Amino acid sequence: MDEILTASSLCKTFNLSRKQQRIEHTTQRQKVAVDNLSFTAYRGEIFGLLGPNGAGKTTTLRMLSTLIRPDSGDATVDGYSIVSDPAKVRSKIAFLTSELKLEDFFTPNYLFDFFSQLHGVPEDVIKERKAQLFSRFGIDKFAEVKVANLSTGMKQKVSIVISLVHDPDIIIFDEPTNGLDVLTARVVTDFLRELRTKGKTIILSTHIFSLVEQLCDRVGVIIDGRMVACGALSDVCAGQSLEDRFFELYKETKGEEE
Amino acid sequence: MKSNVLTIIKKEFSRVFNDRQLTFTTIIMPGLIIYFVYSLMGDAANKMAQSDREENISMQVENLPQSMAQAFNFFGNNVTVAEGSFGEAEIAELKDKTVNRVLVRFPVQFDSIVNAYDPMQGQLAPNVEVYYNSTNTATQRIYSMVCGVLDNYEKSISNRFDINRADSEEMRFNQADDEKVSGMILSKILPLLILMMVFSGVMSIAQTSIAGEKERGTIATLLITPMRREELALGKILSISGIGLLSALSSFIGILLSLPKLISANGGGDLVSFNYGTSDLVVLLLVILTSALIMTAVISLLSTIAKDVRNAGTLCLPVMFGIMFICLISMFQNNVSDSLVYDIIPFYNSITVLTALFQHEMHMINAVVAIGANIFYTVFAVWVLTKLFNNEKVMFSR
Repeated sequence: MDEILTASSLCKTFNLSRKQQRIEHTTQRQKVAVDNLSFTAYRGEIFGLLGPNGAGKTTTLRMLSTLIRPDSGDATVDGYSIVSDPAKVRSKIAFLTSELKLEDFFTPNYLFDFFSQLHGVPEDVIKERKAQLFSRFGIDKFAEVKVANLSTGMKQKVSIVISLVHDPDIIIFDEPTNGLDVLTARVVTDFLRELRTKGKTIILSTHIFSLVEQLCDRVGVIIDGRMVACGALSDVCAGQSLEDRFFELYKETKGEEE
Repeated sequence: MKSNVLTIIKKEFSRVFNDRQLTFTTIIMPGLIIYFVYSLMGDAANKMAQSDREENISMQVENLPQSMAQAFNFFGNNVTVAEGSFGEAEIAELKDKTVNRVLVRFPVQFDSIVNAYDPMQGQLAPNVEVYYNSTNTATQRIYSMVCGVLDNYEKSISNRFDINRADSEEMRFNQADDEKVSGMILSKILPLLILMMVFSGVMSIAQTSIAGEKERGTIATLLITPMRREELALGKILSISGIGLLSALSSFIGILLSLPKLISANGGGDLVSFNYGTSDLVVLLLVILTSALIMTAVISLLSTIAKDVRNAGTLCLPVMFGIMFICLISMFQNNVSDSLVYDIIPFYNSITVLTALFQHEMHMINAVVAIGANIFYTVFAVWVLTKLFNNEKVMFSR
């Protein structure tokens, strides 16, 4: 199998505000969000990061997509380091998360062209790719409606399409179905499968067991910033359902501390 | 590199110009408001002066002396002068400001006691009493006229020598050129006005364009593209300056259009004559342009540090007061220093160069140093802005 993304010993801590310290009943100034995290993703697979809220999934994905820098450790994306070559990494990936918003004032049509230009996509390719992606997601019907006037589902579709303007090989997707109705969620999961058949690699984070079971080839379970299990879905589950196996892992990890 | 900057600039412009409301509020409204406010002010002042001249005033003079009889008959058609004595009751009536009356009391035998008066003997001089009500602008005007007449008379009877009497048209005592005189007036007002207009134009746009994008989470979407941060910083600063300048231009047109009304209200005719050469205009343009760039850069930096638009507004206030302070200092400074050290102080350099320019006393070297300094600061600010865009604590922590 062809390694396309390798994370090695990623660490990230955040400073806690006084207020936050009080909420978490702690006197520690810093919170370790990601603790020595390593994993590998292979070309053409869907890799899931599974964990409860606050486990460090989003922080990990933000480091992989170069929005934030790791305190220590590194990751290579298609051969480029997220620490020393972030611009190259950005040209290889799509990053989808609810914190990345599209400007309300513009239309999907305008935004597609705008982001294509920033990615340096040639004009004729922009046109062709736009027609193809817009019809795939049914965006052609609202291509000239301002983002402000779109529904949540429509916005999510537009966000997906915009993130793919440069036809990246790696798609990093934070909570892909959060806040979507069943219909749109289905469109998204179908599309992720379709991308896999095209040889793309997808890294997604979620706390939904069924999503992992439906989609992922391999899974990493993150608890408190640490990777407690990682491997093919069947290996991680070891004969149990993913949910049962997760709670077992959770108890093991938390039990150690208490 | 170039194309990404251009893409950002195009986006910023289309954000403003495809939004009719935003175009109106940022580009058209400033000029329109200034035009209407200034025109209304001018019209109101004109009307007040006009109506004062049309009010009928009655003037009662007690003991009108022979020497003043002629002068008191020249107050105009709507001033009727009557002779006769008056007492406390008539004076008290003037408390009602709708009463259009002025009372003047000369001492008995005014002419002879004025003739006999010798200031060297230490006695009090003869006194003329003029009763009026200053809240009635019409009687206030007549009061000033009476004072003028009396002062002139006093001067004429004690005249021992003249100062600067022009015996012919050609005689000139003030050796300043006419253009420098009007230049003084321009140099006092315009630099302040120009910089403040550019500042207010740039401020609102920079705040929405950077702090606003940060607040709405749209700048993160830009940061995830392979575009270099320098390109984003430069694109933002150039486009914001451009739009800010258009907004300032609109204010400027508003002022130019309302200027005639304002000036005629103040009784001045040719107060301002614009008399500048091509090189002056080029320098003027470059100074305004680079000032806009440096202001945009400063506000952009603050907007990037700010958590949201409101926070950005608060952070920009001290800068605005600072610039106003610098502008005011320059207004009260009579001599602009030629020292090049002053030309590298941001904002102050723009003011001094503009002031000197309007006074026709600008040295090219000062202008070049000032413009160069402004460009240097802008480049430096782009560099800092790039650092900030790369700083996750600045960009992503709330």
